[in-house]
Amino acid sequence: MKKEGEVRISSGCAISGIFCRDGRRITGEAIKKSIAVMHNRSNGLGGGFAAYGIYPQYKDYFALHIFYESQAAREETERFLDKRFDIINLSKIPVRQTPKISDAPLIWRYFITPLPHLLQDSQLDEDEYTSRATIRINDSIGGAYVVSCGKDMGVFKAVGYPEDVADFYRIEEYEGYSWTAHGRYPTNTPGWWAGSHPFSLLDLTVVHNGEISSYDANRRAVEMYGYSCNLLTDTEVITYILDYLTRKQGLSLKECSEVIAAPFWTTISIKDEEERKRLSYLRKMFSSFLITGPFSILVGFRGGMMALNDRLKLRSLVAAEKGNTVYFSSEEAAIRVIEEEPDRIWAPRGGEAMIVTLDKEAEL
Amino acid sequence: MKEFDIRKDGHEEIMVTDCLGERYIGCGMKDGVMHIKGTPGNALASYLDGGTVYVDGNAQDAAADTMNAGLLAIKGSAGDALAYGMRGGRVYVLGDAGYRAGVHMKAYEDKKSILVIGGRAGSFLGEYLAGGIIIVLGLGCEGKSITGYFCGNGMYAGTIYLRTDKVPLNLSDKLIRRNVSDEEKDRILRPIIADYASVFSISAEDCLKGSFIAIEADRSKSYSQLYAAV
Amino acid sequence: MRRYRIRKDESCVSCLRCVSECSFGAIEKGKDRTLVFHHDKCTDCQRCVSFCPTGAIYITEDENRFRQNSVFREDDIREILLQAETGGVLLSSMGASGKSVPIYFDKLLLNASQVTNPSIDPLREPMETAVFLGQRPEEVQRDQSGRIVDNLPPHLELRTPIMFSAMSYGAISLNVHKALAAAAEKLGTYWNTGEGGLHESLYPYKENTIVQVASGRFGVHGTYLNTAAAIEIKIGQGAKPGIGGHLTGKKIIGDVSKTRMVPEGLDAISPAPHHDIYSIEDLAQLVMSIKEATHYTKPVIVKAAAVHNIAPIASGIARSGADIISIDGYRGGTGAAPKRIRDNVGIPIELAIAAVDQRLREERIRDRVSIIASGGIRNSSDAVKAIALGADAVSIGTAALCALGCHICASCHTGRCAWGLATQDPKLTERLDPEKGAERLVNLVNAWTREIKEIMGGMGINSIEALRGNRMALRGVDLNAKELEVLGIGYAGE
Repeated sequence: MKKEGEVRISSGCAISGIFCRDGRRITGEAIKKSIAVMHNRSNGLGGGFAAYGIYPQYKDYFALHIFYESQAAREETERFLDKRFDIINLSKIPVRQTPKISDAPLIWRYFITPLPHLLQDSQLDEDEYTSRATIRINDSIGGAYVVSCGKDMGVFKAVGYPEDVADFYRIEEYEGYSWTAHGRYPTNTPGWWAGSHPFSLLDLTVVHNGEISSYDANRRAVEMYGYSCNLLTDTEVITYILDYLTRKQGLSLKECSEVIAAPFWTTISIKDEEERKRLSYLRKMFSSFLITGPFSILVGFRGGMMALNDRLKLRSLVAAEKGNTVYFSSEEAAIRVIEEEPDRIWAPRGGEAMIVTLDKEAEL
Repeated sequence: MKEFDIRKDGHEEIMVTDCLGERYIGCGMKDGVMHIKGTPGNALASYLDGGTVYVDGNAQDAAADTMNAGLLAIKGSAGDALAYGMRGGRVYVLGDAGYRAGVHMKAYEDKKSILVIGGRAGSFLGEYLAGGIIIVLGLGCEGKSITGYFCGNGMYAGTIYLRTDKVPLNLSDKLIRRNVSDEEKDRILRPIIADYASVFSISAEDCLKGSFIAIEADRSKSYSQLYAAV
Repeated sequence: MRRYRIRKDESCVSCLRCVSECSFGAIEKGKDRTLVFHHDKCTDCQRCVSFCPTGAIYITEDENRFRQNSVFREDDIREILLQAETGGVLLSSMGASGKSVPIYFDKLLLNASQVTNPSIDPLREPMETAVFLGQRPEEVQRDQSGRIVDNLPPHLELRTPIMFSAMSYGAISLNVHKALAAAAEKLGTYWNTGEGGLHESLYPYKENTIVQVASGRFGVHGTYLNTAAAIEIKIGQGAKPGIGGHLTGKKIIGDVSKTRMVPEGLDAISPAPHHDIYSIEDLAQLVMSIKEATHYTKPVIVKAAAVHNIAPIASGIARSGADIISIDGYRGGTGAAPKRIRDNVGIPIELAIAAVDQRLREERIRDRVSIIASGGIRNSSDAVKAIALGADAVSIGTAALCALGCHICASCHTGRCAWGLATQDPKLTERLDPEKGAERLVNLVNAWTREIKEIMGGMGINSIEALRGNRMALRGVDLNAKELEVLGIGYAGE
């Protein structure tokens, strides 16, 4: 049986997200409850969570969550990291054994910062320095996989139903201002845990529902810019496209949404002149990054969250608000289960990005 | 509390409370009445075959899928793909409908699908419509567009009635749009709206106020013209 | 030498239509309205067959065969005999006939959606085939208030990813140019003048015209360059890479002479190379001088033949300032080329596109330029496969001529085209009504565009840019591991 990455696996899914605009930290219990309602949308072959604001005591350091298939892989990775970073703290990620989650790899967590003289010599900023190092680990150290590498955030994922994954990682013990969750329905057994979602790079995490039809056009385009799609999943390629467009091309997330879920030319043609020019420019300039086929995604980033549907809205997505809390989910029931009476509940339109960020006073 | 199996024992009138995403409620129900409180899950009242289902809140995706007969009345809004391939009966929504409502609804002999949406509908309303009637009232949306993009794309029979004087955005050139006469309004819309209004206890006159436009397939522009046999 | 045999059956009414239609002198009027057949002159162009009112004429391969030999085949022997008699270089036209070179398009199979994502009905749902060809800058620029500045150089906008290939006035008739120009305008795509200049009567089609600058520089002047949507520098052609052109003085008459700006009766020679381009940096100089002459308002295309090292050549072109690279494959057509060159030089377009697209990606410059593929595109599925391999758009020459009547008798170099296409004989050229011709071209491209939409819809793709370079849409059959590797695709079932 081939592992995910050696073979491309289609999958359907459930997604859910909770964001506290006032920076209030909530435990992982709510998100677990929400994603569990959509049990039927997963098939037990993948679940995971991304959480922001969970490591306030280490918020200036990159937090690495890494899967290892062997001690040798761990040793090699730690040697690799030690040469390039100052390792402030390292430990196993605490887990709760459950019969529903098996074949766990070794799961470690590191808080690191680039060695100052190497960072300076590299002429890179610390984000690029760190992202290159993690891409290299995933690319070249067999049996090691960096699950997440942002600051004050982390990804927890496994092969299993999302609610069981939550128990396994004891996510009720973490407190964050932003949570996303994913339940996966792959058409093939993924073979290893790295294929589960969320997928992440630096502070960016993506959970996704659907299968895109533009995959190979997008993959081959983004790989031109130094990314390496090891998992062959849609989520991975979407994450890299967003990283490229935001971090390297300086686009806002809204502009990114106008690239990947670009309006049809017929829609662009009825806009006023300035908007028509702007949208045409983005479509022509980044035509390789148009994503076709069904998707709904939740993008977590430092201090914010974006929800986006493909331009035809081929996957469901519901949004709700209650006070300072914003909810996104594949199904309304997954919101109602944690917030019975939202102030507002609505379905965003296809291609219309919903972006929420922390209130000014809550900014970190 | 008395437990019984509605599949085996049947029922006349039943109340389902605290619904939270449970799928397939009322699926294939042939008779009787079901009241639902909470948020029922996907595929609500799919294949509904004569029964009546009232939903107090919102419905999720794929409600009334391939429905055959009966009534589904949703007091809130409906998700995407409402009444897909519906063959007969009535679907009434007081609030909005998501994307792709009424796709490929049909009519055959005495079976005629009727879908009424009180608020606004998302894009691709009535795509591939093959028969039956879709009415969008746009209540509380005065002055705004009450449908999304690509309304009625590829429809080849049936009629979409919109309570507006605005032409939907980017309407296909294979469709014709006409204003609805008072006579047609009285003959076709009034009886349906009267029934709809009585289900939700609202004023039928409010629903009929103002002008309606109708969208139908342009029979002179058949798709078969696009093919050449080898 | 006799190759075909002309016959008629009893339904012949002796109307002599075939006599007047045959431009090769293969059917003559005999005594008492009888027909005299000169089988050796027949090219199997099918003109007489198409116009015979009673369907009385048959053209078949001559049943007299040479003695079968698995090494020296009939064609080999025929050619030796001809050369022994004449001492001439064998001249041919249309595309390569090397039968042992595979047509890779026929070995590629397309994908479709099943369950995991939805296919799309292209007749009823939005399906976008618009393509923009041109350069893209490396970075987004913003003004002081943070608004995006439009720093895109000029682009060509195509409503469909199908264009018409370069065919020169001289090689083909003015009526063909008229038909191509009018069709391009109606279709929202482009036609290409080839290297023989642009007839003044076609100036109104400026917005849909690509003018060519080849080594002969015929008819190239300021107005010519500016009466176009884009300018193409022709380095080479798939049918005859590395070979120049020679239009005989016999065809340089009247308007051809005027348009090419070559005196009547004088041969028009296109040198093998551009003698101002002996190295890649010289190409950059020519590209930029054309941009200067057109005030940076038009994209510049560089057209090259698919040869062994086309990938690095394309990379060099991409870095020369060119906006679009046009690659013409081994099977590309021609009005006249030495047969040995046509059949033995260059590589198939499928492999060339795959190699170029991959190389430009490895060099991280694929997004900077656009690629046009040509050379043996026969139908819409060939076009889809070319795009999935990595082209932005395709260009058709032979297929366009077929739409106008050509039956590929490959006798263009004789100048006697019975369908009135590859000829300047006024009696023959009037056989093509440019308006009707344009209508047929429009029909053809519209039909292909609909088919492309059907294919894309099946794959769940609703915009052509999501198909470009999407090699997972392709799988191969009957290909070896090396071929799959060059094409960058998996085997069927993988």
